[in-house]
Amino acid sequence: MSARLMQGNEAVAEGALLAGVRFFGGYPITPSTEIAEGMAKLLPQVGGTFIQMEDEIASMGVVLGASLAGKKVLTASSGPGISLKQELIGYAAATEIPVVIVNVQRVGPSTGQPTAPSQGDVMQARWGTHGDHSIIVLSPWSVREAFDLAVRSVNYAERFRTPVILLMDEIVGHLRESVELPAESEIEIYPRRAPKKSRAEGYEPYAPDEDLVPNIANFGEGYHIHVTGLIHDETGFPSGSPKVTRESIKRMHEKISRAADEIIDVQEEFMDDAEFAVVAFGGTSRTAYEAVLSARKRGVKVGFVRLVTIFPFADKIISELAKKIRGLLVAELNYGQIVGEVERAAKGQCAVKLCAKYDMTIFEPEEIEAAIDEMISEVDGE
Amino acid sequence: MRKQLRLSGSGGQGVITAAIILAEAAVSEGKQAVQSQSYGPEARGGASKSEVIIDDEKIFHPHVKAPDFVLAMTQKAADKYYTDLNADGVLILDEDLVPTPPQFKNIIRVPITKLAVEKVGKALFANIVALGVLAKVTKLVDFETIKKSVANRVPPHTVEQNMLALQIGFDAVN
Repeated sequence: MSARLMQGNEAVAEGALLAGVRFFGGYPITPSTEIAEGMAKLLPQVGGTFIQMEDEIASMGVVLGASLAGKKVLTASSGPGISLKQELIGYAAATEIPVVIVNVQRVGPSTGQPTAPSQGDVMQARWGTHGDHSIIVLSPWSVREAFDLAVRSVNYAERFRTPVILLMDEIVGHLRESVELPAESEIEIYPRRAPKKSRAEGYEPYAPDEDLVPNIANFGEGYHIHVTGLIHDETGFPSGSPKVTRESIKRMHEKISRAADEIIDVQEEFMDDAEFAVVAFGGTSRTAYEAVLSARKRGVKVGFVRLVTIFPFADKIISELAKKIRGLLVAELNYGQIVGEVERAAKGQCAVKLCAKYDMTIFEPEEIEAAIDEMISEVDGE
Repeated sequence: MRKQLRLSGSGGQGVITAAIILAEAAVSEGKQAVQSQSYGPEARGGASKSEVIIDDEKIFHPHVKAPDFVLAMTQKAADKYYTDLNADGVLILDEDLVPTPPQFKNIIRVPITKLAVEKVGKALFANIVALGVLAKVTKLVDFETIKKSVANRVPPHTVEQNMLALQIGFDAVN
């Protein structure tokens, strides 16, 4: 396929469709609206369903219902809408309903700056809903990767029966660039999980398979399924047992953590001889990359580390890096969020500095390059 | 060779659409291009700006600094967005909507919106007239390629008028 100009948000819609999404429920909000527009155009062409609901809460509810009925589903919003969806994101985690939620971040809190870029929803993506829960969060830096991660998000949602947050930012969501998309035949698709036994053979919807994920039957396929946000046992009905509660919470974490090495995707460049590195994600990493290139031209031994998977966090990778290098600079378009995760994972083995920006504008390469120099002189002076 | 453009005006003038078409034309010629935009929360009337970078190499940072070409379709946009122009760059202004041109060496003034109204029938076509001007001045993409990109992007029943608008813009400068 030849190159064409495509927008990040459009690429998400294209990727989700090719990954098998056949139901989208949403409510428009800048800067995510083009995803809904894309799905509204594409879904009817393949017999899928697009529905604009009365608000973001209903949008989340309707996709969960469609997922339980067997469809691969997507919803998209931005900060204010994602806040409204939180209760049902927790419900999806507890009831193990596959769903992908795209958050094209804008400046918050609250209505914030509707059209301006930010990366301020990182910790919300991890902990926005209450209670112990696990979640997968991915963040693209290019239009092509928005497509690829949309596919990957749908696959992870299905494979782990979990909510997956595709954490975009306005930079990549609204960016148009030349992109070549893979052919449909090149895309691997994880199918909806199906029961391996009949009811007569003792099928229980929430009995975990070997990978700790239950094969919950779709509604309308002959099984009687009970779904509740209360802690439930393998039958799907509520249980007041401490043992069931402990095992349930543990299993829902471990079904993802046991596959963490596979899920965690980190891009490293110029790290072979690096004494320092810049850590970034999403649209900011495009600027960080240019800053690193420019510093390298001056002979500065700095590398580039990009978090493609935000959660589960790349603890092992960061810890190993921290042993080898002298300082990590975390560049993020917020007051300082992922820097806390990097500090935790680095365990004091190297310096961790923050390069933060939260004024509606994106970083310029010079700003990050200056922060690299500042970090080096601080570390050299220590 | 990297070239950077900034198209600016107010919401509803179509500067973002013009930028998308220009980037699409560059991509269809096998070049790398990124297009970004910034605008206020208003659907109409707020400040609107779109930037395009065209290069043979991959483009990472998407923000334009020291643009080679700036198009301004309002006085406010002209005053705000010419300041970081490359010293050898070109400032293209809608002659009537920017009555007080900024002090800059290379300025091209074209009655863009007036041409759209008088020769195509609607101010709506001003962005395509502007695109014709840009095609001529920037020489970044072949005029035939731009024609194809316009035809692909606009509603089918308006192709003829848009082709006219494009040609009028192209012919309005030497």
